[in-house]
Amino acid sequence: MAFLQVDHATKYFPNPSGGGQVCIFKDVTIKIEKGEFVTVIGHSGCGKSTLLNIIAGLETMSEGGVILNGREASGPGLDRMVVFQSFALMPWMTVFDNIALAVRSAYPDWSREQVVAHVHKYIALVGLTGAENKRPTALSGGMKQRVGLARAFSIEPEVLLLDEPFAQIDALTRGVIQEELIQMWNSSRNTVFMVTHDVDEAILLSDRIMLMTNGPEARIAEIVEVTVPRPRSRATIIEHPHYYRIRNHIIHFLVRHAKHERGCDGTPTSNSVSEAPVEVNFEKESPRAKLTAL
Amino acid sequence: MPSGTKSNPWLISGFLLAVFLLSWHFFTMRPTFDPRGMTEEQLQLMEFNGDIVKTPDGGYTWNPEKEKVKGVPGPLAVLDKARAELAEAFVKKGTNDHGIAYLVMYTVSRFAAGFLAASVVAIMVGILLGLNKVLFRAVNPYIQILKPISPLAWMPLLLYTVKDPKWTAILVVFMAALWPTLATTAFGVNSLRKDYLHVAAILQLSWIKRLFKVILPGAAPTIVNGLRISFGSALVAVVPAEMLLGELGVGYLSWIEWNNLDIAGVIFAILVVGFVGVILDSGFNKLAGLVTYQE
Repeated sequence: MAFLQVDHATKYFPNPSGGGQVCIFKDVTIKIEKGEFVTVIGHSGCGKSTLLNIIAGLETMSEGGVILNGREASGPGLDRMVVFQSFALMPWMTVFDNIALAVRSAYPDWSREQVVAHVHKYIALVGLTGAENKRPTALSGGMKQRVGLARAFSIEPEVLLLDEPFAQIDALTRGVIQEELIQMWNSSRNTVFMVTHDVDEAILLSDRIMLMTNGPEARIAEIVEVTVPRPRSRATIIEHPHYYRIRNHIIHFLVRHAKHERGCDGTPTSNSVSEAPVEVNFEKESPRAKLTAL
Repeated sequence: MPSGTKSNPWLISGFLLAVFLLSWHFFTMRPTFDPRGMTEEQLQLMEFNGDIVKTPDGGYTWNPEKEKVKGVPGPLAVLDKARAELAEAFVKKGTNDHGIAYLVMYTVSRFAAGFLAASVVAIMVGILLGLNKVLFRAVNPYIQILKPISPLAWMPLLLYTVKDPKWTAILVVFMAALWPTLATTAFGVNSLRKDYLHVAAILQLSWIKRLFKVILPGAAPTIVNGLRISFGSALVAVVPAEMLLGELGVGYLSWIEWNNLDIAGVIFAILVVGFVGVILDSGFNKLAGLVTYQE
């Protein structure tokens, strides 16, 4: 059994345009090993953020379960910390207090000095020393998400859930923070589950990338192994021969499925729903052959 | 200090005040008594009626006591009244004749008691309703019915049930201050960004921490807006409550001066009510500044 496993997860929402229910995704199974960095890419509305919230315990699923470390994980907990797209920093607290709130919750027995030292360590790690007493309003988007990352890493969770963490950050800053995230992750090696729209971000950061079809009844259609060795950096990764093959493959997938899946409103689609995801690995022999068979 | 090219708002304020006082003075001025063309009998009759009085030098002037209720008193008359009242600000002449400082204190403490009690109740119930949507929907129709009722309309019933004008006055302020805070607190808590609650849930905060570290500070700006509306409506309610109940305070002052037909006193009382409002309002703004934050 994998370290983190989402087992046959299905989610229905009440239909906004009338009675009945809409199936957001159906029968999604995800297996993530300890220390692995896995990303889900899909179009808006395919339910990938819902999937992340379900793992975090912030939303419930209609069918299925989440198993972490051999136990069912129900409800939110300190072992699964989320980095939010909207940062979710308390605007009435300073940078220090925002992180300290998390540290005190994670380590309730710690003395005041221990908490202070721990918070300062993580503030330094994201390069925000000197901004401890600022409030989030006084920070740029990039700095806010650095605080969000520091808060998430500071409680040393077993699983880190990144919900489009850099979507609201300008492109130049985004690259810098992505590399900071790599460095933090290299030393902590948390298990990471990330959701994103950004193909380059996914390739740079992930071990495996799961491609989700459009909703309704979205599913994980393919799992792409990122066959670019670590350590990676933005400057060198594009020179790797597999980089553009992976990138093109993902973009083709996204374009194809944007057209393909439309028009099957709520009605059960073909038997493809319960099909296991196709594994794509460019180091192994001709993945294209498998794909054309689809 | 700004340079001379920029006009100072204080100069304009002072100018407007001067214009107001001067026109007030001239419009309310009455000509001095002129005995010319009057017979001795006519003068004696007027003196007998109390319209005029003899001056020490043998002439006649208008009776100052009767002048008080003829026309509107000018600013100088009000100033005289104010001076007299302020000189005795801390004097208690009898059970119902306390100095102005006491009256202000009674009103402020009556207001504070009603407003604070209402705020505590409204914020607690508001949070409860804000966190529980079903409960909110169940209770909301009653709030909508009770909210527009004038707080003074409750007075006879309150007076009958609590049988004590002192508590009735406080309860009228309470009723006035309750609804706006209640409604906005429920709204503020309900519309608190879900992210904050999600963080609180992941961090497994206890409900006390959740309340005091996340929900209350998060909803504080909205709650303060509700308190501000409550504050205004309570301030409006306290004066007529004192008038109707005869409880000592600035509202009572204005009514008792009217009963005495002392119009200068009525004007002075109006100014005192305004002054009390300013004190309370500045205190409130200081408090509000402490709890609000920028998104």
